[in-house]
Amino acid sequence: MPLLTLTDRGFYCESGDFYIDPWEPVDRAVITHAHGDHATWGSRAYMAAEPGVSVLRARMGPTAAIRGARYGETISVNGVTVSLHPAGHILGSAQVRLVHRGEIWVVSGDYKTDPDPTCTPFEPVRCHTFVTESTFGLPIYRWPPQSEVFADINNWWRANAAAGKVSMLYGYTLGKAQRLIAGLDPDIGPILTHGAVERMNAAYRAAGVSLPPTRYAGTMERKVDAAGAIVVAPPHASGSSWARRFGHQSTAFASGWMLVRGARRRRALDRGFPLSDHVDWPSLLATIEGSGAAEIWVTHGFTAPVVRWLRERGLDAQAVQTRFEGERDDEVSDEAGPLGGGEAVADEAVR
Amino acid sequence: MRAFARLFSAIDETNATSEKVAALVEYFRTAPPQDAAWTVHFLSGRRPKRLVGSRKLAAWASSEAGLPAWLFEESYQTVGDLAETITLILPDTGASSELSLSHWVEQRLLPLRGEDDDVQREVMVESWRELDRRERFVWNKLITGSFRVGASQRLVTRALAEVSGVEEGVIAHRLMGAWEPTADFFQRLIAPDTRDADVSRPYPFFLAHPLEGDPSELGHIADWIAEWKWDGIRAQLIRRAGTSFLWSRGEELLSGRFPEIEDQGALLPEGTVIDGELLPWIDGSPLPFAQLQRRIGRKNLGQKILDEVPATLVAYDLLESNGEDIRSEPLRIRRARLQSLVESVRRGERLILSPSVDVASWESLTQARSRAREVGAEGIMLKRLSSAYGVGRRRGDWWKWKVDPLSVDAVLIYAQAGSGRRAGLFTDYTFGVWDGDHLVPFAKAYSGLTDDEMRKVDQFIRRHTLEKFGPVRTVKPELVFELHFEGLQPSSRHKSGIAVRFPRMARWRTDKKAEEADTIEHVRSLL
Repeated sequence: MPLLTLTDRGFYCESGDFYIDPWEPVDRAVITHAHGDHATWGSRAYMAAEPGVSVLRARMGPTAAIRGARYGETISVNGVTVSLHPAGHILGSAQVRLVHRGEIWVVSGDYKTDPDPTCTPFEPVRCHTFVTESTFGLPIYRWPPQSEVFADINNWWRANAAAGKVSMLYGYTLGKAQRLIAGLDPDIGPILTHGAVERMNAAYRAAGVSLPPTRYAGTMERKVDAAGAIVVAPPHASGSSWARRFGHQSTAFASGWMLVRGARRRRALDRGFPLSDHVDWPSLLATIEGSGAAEIWVTHGFTAPVVRWLRERGLDAQAVQTRFEGERDDEVSDEAGPLGGGEAVADEAVR
Repeated sequence: MRAFARLFSAIDETNATSEKVAALVEYFRTAPPQDAAWTVHFLSGRRPKRLVGSRKLAAWASSEAGLPAWLFEESYQTVGDLAETITLILPDTGASSELSLSHWVEQRLLPLRGEDDDVQREVMVESWRELDRRERFVWNKLITGSFRVGASQRLVTRALAEVSGVEEGVIAHRLMGAWEPTADFFQRLIAPDTRDADVSRPYPFFLAHPLEGDPSELGHIADWIAEWKWDGIRAQLIRRAGTSFLWSRGEELLSGRFPEIEDQGALLPEGTVIDGELLPWIDGSPLPFAQLQRRIGRKNLGQKILDEVPATLVAYDLLESNGEDIRSEPLRIRRARLQSLVESVRRGERLILSPSVDVASWESLTQARSRAREVGAEGIMLKRLSSAYGVGRRRGDWWKWKVDPLSVDAVLIYAQAGSGRRAGLFTDYTFGVWDGDHLVPFAKAYSGLTDDEMRKVDQFIRRHTLEKFGPVRTVKPELVFELHFEGLQPSSRHKSGIAVRFPRMARWRTDKKAEEADTIEHVRSLL
C-alpha cells in the first residue's frame, strides 16, 4: 500500500486518514495553496502554511476551520509526520512532505523556483516519491529573465501613459496580480485594481507583504478618466463593460502562455507578458532531479511528454489524472470561495 | 536584422491600424533603401520560396537544442508553427545581429538554394546562434516561407505615401506586377516623378463589398448597372509594346497558361488594359469552376484540354485606352468604350463583354438573382454608372450580391488542431451526414465560429475524443453545425461522392441532436 493513493476525491493518505488538496469536501484536508482547483470549500478542517491562512480565509469565509503550520514545523497526524515547505507559487503555497516508516513523499502542488517578492522562495526537499505538476512541461517554455519582463511591462505602461492611454493589465486574482503590482514602478502613475484583486491585496498586506499603494477602481464614477493609470484586473474582466469604461486603453495579459504568439493573438490583446507562477521546462527538470526521488508522479499539464522524458532517463515516472488545472488559458474567473454559505463548519483542526 | 525584427514586433504588438502605420513610417524613414525594398517585398506578401525542407530544419534545431525528435513534434503540436517552435526551443546565446536585412536575405538566405545539406545546416545553425529570439523568429519565418504579418499591403502603401508625399494610388500602382527588391526599385517607388516605365504593370484591382441590406436602399435602379457575378479568376489583360500580359488578381503573371486569351490580346490596340473574369466557357455559358482547376497548375497544356476546357475572358471594365489611364472616367463611358472595343476585335467567344442584367426595378433584379445558379453565376454585381475605377475594396459604388448559400446540417466527427492564432486549439473540423445508420464524411470547415464558440467546441473535443490518429481526433458524434457553401459537384475522389465549394460554419445548432442532422440523400438532392 503506497503512502498516498488517488481517490475520486483527491490524494488520500490512508495511514494518516487525511487528504491533500481534495476536490470534494472531506474531514481533513491539507492544502498546498489557496487557488480554487487546490482549495475546495466545504471540508470540516483544513491545514495550510501559516503565511497563507489569511488568503485561504479570504476564499473560504470567516468560519472555516483552518490550522496554520509554520514552514518546516513537523506535525504528527495518526503516526504520519507532515510538514509544509515553501513552494514559491503564491503567498503561503506549500509542498507537503509526508514521512511514514522511513518513506518520504512530497506533494508539491503548484510551484516555481524563480524569485517572487510576494512569497517565500521555493525550498528543495529531498524525497523518495515526488508528486509534481507539469503545467509548462514542454521545452518551448523557458521563461525570459523576470527583470526583462517587468521592464517591458513598465515601459509599456510608461508609453501608454505618455499617449494618454490607460493600461489594462490582466492577471489572475490571487498571486499573479500581487506579484505584478509588486513589480510595477509606482512613479509612472496610479495603480487601480478590480475588486477581486483588491480583496486579495488586503489579504496579502494583512500577512505582511509590502505592496505599492493601490486604489479600488470600483468606487469610481461610471465613466472615468484614468488616463496614465494602470488597472490590474482578472482575465475574465477583459472585454467587459467594466473594462470599457476606462476609455482609450491598451490591453495586456500576464501569463506563461503568452510566450507562444498564437495564444496571445487569439485573445486579440495588444500585449502578452510571459510571466508565470509555475516552473518552466528547465526548472521543472532541475527540481525533479534535485528532489533525488526515484519515483515521480506527474499531475496536471503536459503529463505525457514529461513522463516519457523522465522514463527515458531511467526514472520511475507515471501520469496521475487529477482535477488540478495549473495556469489556465481561458477567461474563466479563478474565484473560489464559499458558494452556499457557512454550513458544515467544524472547529476541529487537522491534528 | 534588429531593425526589421523590431518593426515586426511593433506591428505584431498592436491592433490599432494607426500605430501599425506609424511603426512602418518610422522604419521607412531610417532604413537603408536596400532593406526598405526587401521589407516592402515581404510585407506585401511576396514570400521567399522555401529553400530548406521543414523536416531538416526540425532535425537540425532539435539537435542544436539537445532534444529528441518526438519532443520536438510534441512541441510543434502545441505551438502550431514551425518557425516559432524552432525559435522557442533553441538555447538563448545572448547574441543579436546588427547586420542589415538585405545582408541576411542576399548573403545567407538566397545562397541556400541548391546547397547540399551540410552547408545548409552549417548556415542555419550559425544563424540561430547569432540572433536573439525576436530576430530568430523573423528569420525562421523567412526561411520557412511562411512570413506573414498583420499589416496589409494597404497599410504599407499608406506608410510609403506618408514618407514620400506621393499619392497612395500611385504607390499602389507601382507596387503591382513584377519587380525586384533593390535599392533602385525602392527609390523609384517613392520618387515624386510619377511617369512610370514598366509596360507589363497591371492596375490595382477595384473590389466590391458584399451587399448586406436591401438593394432598394441604393437609390434609383437607373443609376446602376447589374451584371452576373461569375466564379472564375479575376484578371487583367494588358496589351502594351506589342506584347500581351495576363495578370491574375493575386498578381501572378499567367503567361502561357491561357494562350487563347493572349491570342485575343494580340488583336487589341496598343495601350489597352481590360479587367475581366477568366472562365471555362463553351457555347455561351460557363463550365463549373472545377473544370478550370484542371487547367491551372498544368505545365503542358495539350490540345485535348484546350478543346475540352476553353477559357474566355468576360470583360468587365476598360482601364486603359490608347495608352491613357481612364480609371477616373465614369463607368458609363468606360463600358461604352469597352463594348465597342470588344466588338471590333471579337473572334468567336474567347473575349466577350460581361452581359448586363437589364431590369427596370429592384423587384425584377431580386427575381433575376434567384436565377443566378441557372446561368452558372454566383449572384449579381451592382456598379454605380457614375463610378470611377477605384483601388482596393471600398464601400459605396460597387457591391456584390451573392445568392443565398446552400445549407446542410452536419455532425462534427473529426477534429484537428489549427495553426497560427489557433495553435493548440481544435479548430479544423470534418463533418458528416447520415448515410443509413452511419455518418459519412462530407465537408471540412475551419471558419465561421466566434472565438468563444471555438473554445467551447475545443473543450468538448478534448473531453469526447474517441480515438487519436496522429494529430486527428475522432470525436463523439454529438455536435451539429449548419454548414453553408457555394456549390456542390459530384466527385469520385470524395467518400461521399460529392465535393463542396467554400464550406463554412454558419451556426452551431445547439438546438439539434446528431440524429436530426441531414442525410446524404438530402445533400444529393441539392446537386
